[in-house]
Amino acid sequence: MEKKYYVEMRGVNKSFGSFQASKDIHFGIEKGKLIGLLGPSGSGKTTILRMLAGLETEDSGDILIDGKIVNNIPASKRGIGFVFQNYALFRYLTVYENIAFGLKVQKWPKEKIKARVEEMLQLVGLEETAKRYPNQLSGGQRQRIAFARALAPEPQLLLLDEPFAAVDAKVRQELRSWLREMITRVGVTSIFVTHDQDEAIEVADEIIVTNQGRIEQIGSPKEIYRNPQTPFVAQFIGQSAEVDNFRELTGYANAESSAVRAIVRPEYITVAKQGEFLKYSLDSEEGVVEQTAFRGNEIELKIRIKENLLTARRLLDDAPVEVGEHVRVFISRVYAFDEQKAYVIENAALNTQESLVI
Amino acid sequence: MKTQNKGGAVKWLLVAVSAFFLIVMLILPLVYVLITAFREGIQPFLAAVTDPYALKSIQLTLEATVIAVIINTIFGLFAAWSITKFQFRGKKVISTLIDLPLTVSPIIAGLIYVLTFGRQSFLYPYLKAAGISIIYAVPGIVMATIFVTFPFISREIIPVLTAAGTDEEEAAALMGANGWTIFRRVTFPHIKWALLYGIVLCTARAMGEFGAVSVLSGHLRGKTNTMPLYIELLYQGYDFTGAFAMSAILVVMAVFILILRNVFEYRGKKNEE
Repeated sequence: MEKKYYVEMRGVNKSFGSFQASKDIHFGIEKGKLIGLLGPSGSGKTTILRMLAGLETEDSGDILIDGKIVNNIPASKRGIGFVFQNYALFRYLTVYENIAFGLKVQKWPKEKIKARVEEMLQLVGLEETAKRYPNQLSGGQRQRIAFARALAPEPQLLLLDEPFAAVDAKVRQELRSWLREMITRVGVTSIFVTHDQDEAIEVADEIIVTNQGRIEQIGSPKEIYRNPQTPFVAQFIGQSAEVDNFRELTGYANAESSAVRAIVRPEYITVAKQGEFLKYSLDSEEGVVEQTAFRGNEIELKIRIKENLLTARRLLDDAPVEVGEHVRVFISRVYAFDEQKAYVIENAALNTQESLVI
Repeated sequence: MKTQNKGGAVKWLLVAVSAFFLIVMLILPLVYVLITAFREGIQPFLAAVTDPYALKSIQLTLEATVIAVIINTIFGLFAAWSITKFQFRGKKVISTLIDLPLTVSPIIAGLIYVLTFGRQSFLYPYLKAAGISIIYAVPGIVMATIFVTFPFISREIIPVLTAAGTDEEEAAALMGANGWTIFRRVTFPHIKWALLYGIVLCTARAMGEFGAVSVLSGHLRGKTNTMPLYIELLYQGYDFTGAFAMSAILVVMAVFILILRNVFEYRGKKNEE
């Protein structure tokens, strides 16, 4: 049975001159979901967002909102809330006037505007800023006001373009969970664009991964993370190191796959110093540490195994590892890929060990 | 430390050279204009300034300036808006053409209009039939002034609009605002001070225009003589007191405009912060 989608794109194409920004985009989004459009810069994610808003016109294909084709409906009539990357707050209007702008344009009665603006300010917890101008706010406050302004006219769909790009790292963390909570509370269907995978994985219900104008994969953060479907997703998500021939790694010689190359992520690598306990010791590799870097909550290691340089992590409390030291490395899982697809392959030791236990 | 001391010496040397240059080239002559104007006392000055021809020339200058500034303001706004907010073919050509009056000598601007609307032109019979005279008449003077002051306003607004980007307009449009509301509530506050600054520059230039107007005016005393043209006429007739009296008025107007300009520039900067 076909799912009922609130927002849908069907075979949408868009070019800017000779540059094809969107190639045959198909997707559907259910009502009330929070969707992350994730991809590297230039992958076409912002173009998708702007076409949904009506700020760009698609060359072909259909865009549907609430079951109706909106291709010919201008941006101003689509009833969409949009939060710009740099917020685009009206510099010469106060916070109050900013939030009231859309309501005034829609000719709401005065008392209702006042009530709604106050409600929005309360929602974002910035009642005291009503009389200030945007340049008197901090980055995080601007973000919240932009959010309040977009939501004030009660849109059915909220679009956010890189909503956290313009604030510093600490505030970004805070805003992420704040935004997640707000959107859940308001219950508005939302799509946000980001190039930051952590952000998408943490905030979104569902992620659409874009690359070179195409959609690579659509799925929950968990699916995208654990089961990358395409070579691009396998490489893009997580902190990946590429291996040219994964069969030379111990435990993968007989893997059932036509693929040769693979991605190895740090979370699937266990590193032990000589003499330290390692569970699958027999199936481990020997590697040489080439680089160590302090990452705050952990130590990041670059380890050379045969021709491959892999990234691994050790906890801060583990015995320190020196550059040049020989260590034991166990790789529990790799993402192998060929030209079209990506495959999850586990170390053979995991299966045999398990059968032994049983 | 050493480099700083050296920097200090260089700084003061440069400041002194600039100050000396300004005094010799600008301040001294301007002061001298005022002194000469009042050389024979206040009475001859007043007589020269209240001469009917003098009054007529002041009136004509103000008229031409006001019309030119209004038309250029409207045109400048449209040009700046279309250049910064839209993508279209020939955008570069338009933006280059706007600068043309800055590079073409004003006298050539005058000659172009004489050619286009004068007796030799194919348009002349039609204009004559319609009873419109442009050359050696007030419309010609206004047109020449417009041509010469063409770029000033759009050139001031374009950088401000470019820096502001289109995000705020897009945000307003998404909320359902129409073009006029967007301009009035979002765009205009951005360009307000730049626009006033441009208008002031345009006014100053329009008042002082000599070359193009000289070609088109025909120097009819009391009819097509603007202040600069009238001053030249007096000067050619060895009426130094009259010439400098009129000059003094132009100089005072210019200084007044300069002060306005600085006020607007200051307010504009403050506005941006």
